[in-house]
Amino acid sequence: MCKGLLLLGSAILAAGLLSARHARSETVVFLSTQLRPIEEAQKVRNVILKDFPHQVDYVTEQPQQLPVRIKAEQQGGMHTIDAIGALHGELQPLASLDALTPLDDLAGRLKDRGIPERLMTLGKFGTEHQLYIPWMQASYIMVANKQALPYLPTGADISALSYDQLAAWAGAVKEKTGKRLLGFPAGPQGLMHRFFEGFLYPSYTGGVVVPFRSEAAEAMWAQFASLWKEVNPNSTSYNFMQEPLLAGDVWIAFDHIARLLDALRQKPDEFVAFPAPAGPKGRGYMPVLAGLAIAKSAPNANGATALIDYLSRPETQIVTARNVGFFPVVRVDLPADLDPGLKLGAGAIEKTQSAKDAVPALLPIGLGQRGGEFDKLFMDTFQLIVLRGQKPRAVLDREAETLKRLMSESGAPCWQPDPPSTGPCQVQ
Amino acid sequence: MNARYIPYLLIAPSLGFLTLLFFVPLVQTIALAFQANGGWSTENFARMTGDINFTDAVVDTFEIVVIVVPLQLLLALAMAMMLQHLRGGRDIVLWIWSIPLGISDLAAGLVWLAILTDKGYLNTLLVDLGVLNGPQSWLSYETPLSLFAAIVVAELWRATAIVLVILVAGVQLLPKEYGEAAEVFGATPWQRFSRITLPLLKPSIQTALILRTVLAFEMFAIVLSIGGRNFPVLVSEAFNWQYSQQDYGVAAAYAVIVMGVSLTATLVYLRILRTPAAQR
Repeated sequence: MCKGLLLLGSAILAAGLLSARHARSETVVFLSTQLRPIEEAQKVRNVILKDFPHQVDYVTEQPQQLPVRIKAEQQGGMHTIDAIGALHGELQPLASLDALTPLDDLAGRLKDRGIPERLMTLGKFGTEHQLYIPWMQASYIMVANKQALPYLPTGADISALSYDQLAAWAGAVKEKTGKRLLGFPAGPQGLMHRFFEGFLYPSYTGGVVVPFRSEAAEAMWAQFASLWKEVNPNSTSYNFMQEPLLAGDVWIAFDHIARLLDALRQKPDEFVAFPAPAGPKGRGYMPVLAGLAIAKSAPNANGATALIDYLSRPETQIVTARNVGFFPVVRVDLPADLDPGLKLGAGAIEKTQSAKDAVPALLPIGLGQRGGEFDKLFMDTFQLIVLRGQKPRAVLDREAETLKRLMSESGAPCWQPDPPSTGPCQVQ
Repeated sequence: MNARYIPYLLIAPSLGFLTLLFFVPLVQTIALAFQANGGWSTENFARMTGDINFTDAVVDTFEIVVIVVPLQLLLALAMAMMLQHLRGGRDIVLWIWSIPLGISDLAAGLVWLAILTDKGYLNTLLVDLGVLNGPQSWLSYETPLSLFAAIVVAELWRATAIVLVILVAGVQLLPKEYGEAAEVFGATPWQRFSRITLPLLKPSIQTALILRTVLAFEMFAIVLSIGGRNFPVLVSEAFNWQYSQQDYGVAAAYAVIVMGVSLTATLVYLRILRTPAAQR
């Protein structure tokens, strides 16, 4: 009886080990820094990856932890990650760590999908090899309640506003309704820092780091401080602008498209979506490009390749757009039955990217774990000048010292729209 | 085995547990606060004090503690005395007063946010009563006083029960003879309370104050949910440095400050509210 139990136990154990190994060779571990909130992650697992033939382990990671984890795996010699999905700026430190497998064959096979050449070039990080395949893109747009449209200044084209016109518009709304109905996501989890890094600074100064304390920047902050008088003061609590838009607390809002989609989807007849305004130097905008890469020494590189192929299919890209608000990079005809809210968002992004005066500003690259400090710099400047009313010149000079220290310590070279630099980006 | 060592042996497992899971991380955090760029330095503290929110965080934290803790002590004393005089229903009243203890402070913060937000219950009530014409913003950075008052009220609602429960336990243990004797000698209720009950309650008050003050310095979730960015406190700044800026050194520096302040407050209470051994 004892011997029988022992035999049975070891048979079960052996079967378990064997099947575990078999299962691992089938599973693709897909690590992603995007689509982290639980609802979006569940959509990835249950909807987007539903038709993929192999088992996928979808694991999310905080963006700042991604290089730490990859470095740890490289040093420890234990590789668990197959496919990596992350933003362009998050994949770049991995490229410098030589942690990505070249994907030239895969890129060749995917040529007929129609991914724009400039996006594929971004995926090379300046080398000859394709290090990531563009996965999906998004950007930041503005959304307005149709009730606000009558207050637009005469002659203003909503798809080509300037910041002055936006201020006039919000001022007219405040005067006629008595309420401040312009909103920005300046809450603790809001993406206000991206507004400064990718929209305001490029539009007024043509750069981000280099002209940080220039006279154009000083004028910009003074104008923004006066624009803030028309902004709903609860903006310092707004994280996702779709909520105040739906509640009617805000009529005109700026935010990441994924944080506005709920409003556009639930009430597409009430809202219009349009590109962010332009300043003296153009219409700055921040394209958000996510890419798919394969980790070097991935246990299941074939599975990862198949996964990337699957995610780049037009059908999957449309399903992705429908579910999580990130838009396709491949050539797709958006189906006619796409919900109207999504169409509004896609239209605004398209107008942003094809604007004649568009100034693309990339997400900060090369700051690695210190990206949070970079963002804090802009939010501190905003707090001091706009919320606490201090003089822009003094604040800019003070914060420029912190920025100089950050750039020299991280050694990050300049990124678009600043002109390329050799060595760390210098603040003028 | 010598019987003398048995008590120490029995305590040893829990001491080991405490050391491993409490003291070791404590020492590591203090070390983290004093390390920067791979060596020992006070750079984290320099960065912390140079931050634009540091002064506000310190002032706000102390403001809250200095206002909330005495108010709660007075409230809890009054409530404990009232409980003493209840005939029936005493348990129910005590239970109702302790309900806020059972919910997390984040939940308490969200409750008050729902009441005080622009479209919340308070504004709806005031507009319906005709007191206001339209919604009034109570929690924005433009109304710092009402924001502060909102946080004080939410903290009073949530945490007075902590002080109350300790004081009720203390009051129940007081011998009734002194009060009865004083009544026979013609003492007024106020004299009985201030000359007899209060001094006898000093150990309980000391315990309650230490506990409540230490917890007040660590207050975080209520302030974050009601005030967001508009009301920085020490722990919320530590949280931001840790998670948004990924700067563990400065977050550890904030933690060391909170610990230092709490320890100082505890020592002050132990000294001021000391009961000589003879009276215990």
